[in-house]
Amino acid sequence: MSDQSSHNPKTASEIASHVEEPSQAELHTHRRNAFAGLGWARDNLFSNIPNTILTVLSVALLVWAAPPLLDWMLLKATFLNEDPAACREAGGACWSFVTVKHRFILFGLYPYDEHWRPLLAMALFIAALAISCDSRFWNMRIVYVWGLVLPVCGILMWGGWLGLTFVPNDKWGGLPLTLILATLGIVLAFPLAVLLALGRRSDMPAIRAICVGYIETVRGVPLVSVLFMASIMFPLFLPEGLTIDKLLRAQLGIMLFTAAYLAEAVRGGLQALPKGQYEAADALGLGYWQKTRLIILPQALRLVIPPIVNQFISCFKDTSLVIIIGLYDLLTTAKTALADPSWRAFYVESYVFAAFIYFLFCYFMSRYSQYLERRLNAGLRR
Amino acid sequence: MSQPAPKTPWWNDRANRAILYQVAVVGLVVLAGWYLISNTLANLAARNIATGFGFLVREAGFAIGESPIAFDPADSYAKAILVGLLNTIVVAVLGVILSTLIGTIVGVARLSGNWLVSRLATVYVETMRNIPVLLQLLFWYALITEGLPEPGDAFKPIEGVFLSNRGLKFPTPDWSGLEWLVLAALALGVILAFLLSRWARLRQAATGQTFPSIRIGLALTLALPLLCWLLIGAPTAFDRPQLDGFDFSGGHSVSPEFVALLTGLTLYTASFIAEIVRSGILAVAPGQTEAALALGLKRGQVLRLVVMPQALRVIIPPLTSQYLNLTKNSSLAVAIGYPDLVSVSNTTINQTGQAIEGVAILMAVYLIVSLAISAFMNWYDKKTALVGR
Amino acid sequence: MKRLSLWAILAAVTSVGLAAPAFAGTTFDAVKARGSLNCGVHTGLAGFGAPDDKGEWAGLDVDVCRAVASAMFGDAKKVKYVPLTTQQRFTALQSGEIDMLSRNTTVTSQRDTELGMNFGPFNFYDGQGFLISKKLAKVKSAKDLKGATICVLPGTTTELNLTDYFRANKMNFKPVVIEKQDELAAAFFAGRCDAITSDSSQLASIRSAQAPKPEDYILLPELISKEPFAPAVRHGDDQWFDLVKWSVYAMMEAEEKGVTSANIDSLKGGSDPTIKRLLGETPGLGKALGVNEDWAYQIVKQVGNYGESFDRNVGANSKLKLPRGLNALWNQGGLMYAPPVR
Repeated sequence: MSDQSSHNPKTASEIASHVEEPSQAELHTHRRNAFAGLGWARDNLFSNIPNTILTVLSVALLVWAAPPLLDWMLLKATFLNEDPAACREAGGACWSFVTVKHRFILFGLYPYDEHWRPLLAMALFIAALAISCDSRFWNMRIVYVWGLVLPVCGILMWGGWLGLTFVPNDKWGGLPLTLILATLGIVLAFPLAVLLALGRRSDMPAIRAICVGYIETVRGVPLVSVLFMASIMFPLFLPEGLTIDKLLRAQLGIMLFTAAYLAEAVRGGLQALPKGQYEAADALGLGYWQKTRLIILPQALRLVIPPIVNQFISCFKDTSLVIIIGLYDLLTTAKTALADPSWRAFYVESYVFAAFIYFLFCYFMSRYSQYLERRLNAGLRR
Repeated sequence: MSQPAPKTPWWNDRANRAILYQVAVVGLVVLAGWYLISNTLANLAARNIATGFGFLVREAGFAIGESPIAFDPADSYAKAILVGLLNTIVVAVLGVILSTLIGTIVGVARLSGNWLVSRLATVYVETMRNIPVLLQLLFWYALITEGLPEPGDAFKPIEGVFLSNRGLKFPTPDWSGLEWLVLAALALGVILAFLLSRWARLRQAATGQTFPSIRIGLALTLALPLLCWLLIGAPTAFDRPQLDGFDFSGGHSVSPEFVALLTGLTLYTASFIAEIVRSGILAVAPGQTEAALALGLKRGQVLRLVVMPQALRVIIPPLTSQYLNLTKNSSLAVAIGYPDLVSVSNTTINQTGQAIEGVAILMAVYLIVSLAISAFMNWYDKKTALVGR
Repeated sequence: MKRLSLWAILAAVTSVGLAAPAFAGTTFDAVKARGSLNCGVHTGLAGFGAPDDKGEWAGLDVDVCRAVASAMFGDAKKVKYVPLTTQQRFTALQSGEIDMLSRNTTVTSQRDTELGMNFGPFNFYDGQGFLISKKLAKVKSAKDLKGATICVLPGTTTELNLTDYFRANKMNFKPVVIEKQDELAAAFFAGRCDAITSDSSQLASIRSAQAPKPEDYILLPELISKEPFAPAVRHGDDQWFDLVKWSVYAMMEAEEKGVTSANIDSLKGGSDPTIKRLLGETPGLGKALGVNEDWAYQIVKQVGNYGESFDRNVGANSKLKLPRGLNALWNQGGLMYAPPVR
């Protein structure tokens, strides 16, 4: 983040204002006193009696919690010893569990010798994601980037070409699967979400009713039940002789679920557009689809980028629920790694490892969405 | 828009076209629905799978760990599902209350002038909301079952209260069946206090006179039950938990599963509510506070009468979706063994093989609960909305 | 435009995901045409069906899938494993997503009839028991568990048996139900429950693998239920059912005749008529089943006989170290009895 902002002073101060304090005024007081050690402490920690009490309580909390945590995580922890018994003796965290199992947790059932393929695919994917975050690419270039990256990822994951052995998608797992489910969940949901949002704002009562019905029904039920339905009932919906892949079923379930939430975000963008835009488009004599495609959507979608990023974050976290329908996503592999009898006792380490990965992704994405939001707001105020 | 030009064919007429579109879309949806249903029926028939809700009246045959109402394995599946629903509601209601409290405190703490406090609050928010809630639930459950002692060595923070890996046990009043009188008095006190505050507000609006409604209301709420308790002879008997065989008996107990679920859901949701509260407060223009102070209102009054009512309008819509999320996330209870609606439906589906019916019931019940919450919050939102303009 | 692209995407995605006909006609023909077997297994149960560090499936139930694939295609690797949770297992079979279910499933009359399944030969006999800590010195029998808190996997016959047992003995108990076996066991060893109940093979593996000190825990003497496990197929395809059935029987027959994966090649051209039939040297059996004549040879060669599979996955050579017990051959005091392969 700091690299990105260094050549853009305005952005930098905005980021700083978020990182440090929410209000600009407080930021300045803060900066002025930052080097005056004691004075700073007096202003920020001991300015009055309630403040002092709060500070003392917070310090007490840190003193109580930090040493045992540090002890467990680092000082008494075992890192490389591949013998579970050594871990039990040491009494701290058993990070050697992660050392031994990280490849399974990260890649699941993917053939062991081919792990470089999902690794490379993931690297490409994350790079493409990073590029998409730069607003300079928000034009046709982003389409080219993804148009190149997605097929390459597909070839890497599936193989069966260029001398790569074929790996069916029921062997995919771990972090790549989580990323695929979340990204495709959003991307595939997007067109449906736009249609639903337009339908909900349509002046045709029947279409509005269908869209409202769909959106509110899906938003009213937990993802668990949608996934249940996808995994148990989809096969029964199809005519005899057709089955859908388990992964695709979960993907469809996530897509249908996400579409309803995304539709509400898009609707927010549609509503935020000044009425004049609609009226001007009408005055130009544009038809509904022309108006929507040329005037409304390009403006509305720009407004809803931050909520879409937020939706992506929750979609990313929600993919962990596919554990209940037996897909090998990151959380499932973290748990399945524990099925090995000799390592069963170290579930905390396994969860912490998975939590750390989830945190990394979500934290940076949420930072990005906050940054975007501020930038868009600043743009609007100007 | 439609121009009465004679050459416009009927299908280019806007009104006609709208009808055409709608008929087409509705037709498509109905067709798709019919296609799926007919496939399902054909599939079920082809494989001799029994359908229908007849299984609901059959004997469940499994026990449920905790329940607000009495449940016996000989009871029906329908009752088992009801127990699951009640368990879900209990956890959702408590979760909503607690996460609102914690979220508000953390949200305000993030705006605190105290550097350490605001930093701790930020760390809390960023950590909690960036880790999947399912993972957090598993973590809390492991912590509670691993970290607390067995019933024999239970912690005794207060006389009669026991904290062990079997959960929290605490005494309940045992006043020869008259406990309900005190509870009724408490309820009466709350209602009276509420009516009093309404009256005070109306009077203030009409005459400008203020009335210390909070203090008097609080006094009413406390005094009525106390009076009632004295009237029934000031009993002090308690039903105390006692170690008996494997576990404690007597008193009231809260299971570790419940505590883990409630803790996980509350802390996760609170981190989102904190952000909502923070942005709500920031959304109130600083001029409002300054103007109110200039009018001579006290700090507390400014917060209560000027800032909060305005902040609430920004806060309530996103808050509603957080409450809905919490309720829906309670379905993850299944992972740590709290017998909520999903857990019980799951077991039912598994024991009877009636997957479609089970999932249908599950979705319908959640839908009803969600719509009820939305309706309530919409009503509250309307109530706090600006009048006029 | 939007609409068009949406349909284009949907169509593209669907065409990737929609598999070839699963049972247009019979399962047997569908499997043959597809060239691989879709086999429903556990999502991760050590010894019965779990992926190892390298993602390869292994286990006693997994070996049944491999045996059927060996018989059908002469290649044990032609299996697509579909990991299933307890909820999904029956609908996955009913819907045709899988061709057979081999996922430590107890045979019950309701499952056999109402759920539309046919069960193959029993490949593991188990019974439900209780594991307790030795600290509970007073508990000598399951009858002493009155008022106890008991850990149990939900949605299993185990849960129902437990309830039945306590009702029959007019005792009360508090169930703690957690979906994942690992977490359930973790909760038990943490002291969340006084006893944990499951199939005794499971309890043994839980004790040996997950207990901080295995010697601190004992199995109570009672077995409160019968838990016979068997692979299952859908009603309505007898040829397919036959193949699954005889693939399992062939493994047992091979053990009884002393034919192993190691010595099977050296037994070729022998004189024992039973072994000659097993090796496919006497033709006829394969044709009757609709597969190659060397079907049983391939099973034993690639998967091993029942005894080998048992030892490798749950027995002496595995981490679980279960005794053969009821699962020994009938002539060694067990219940494993294959009808003559002829």
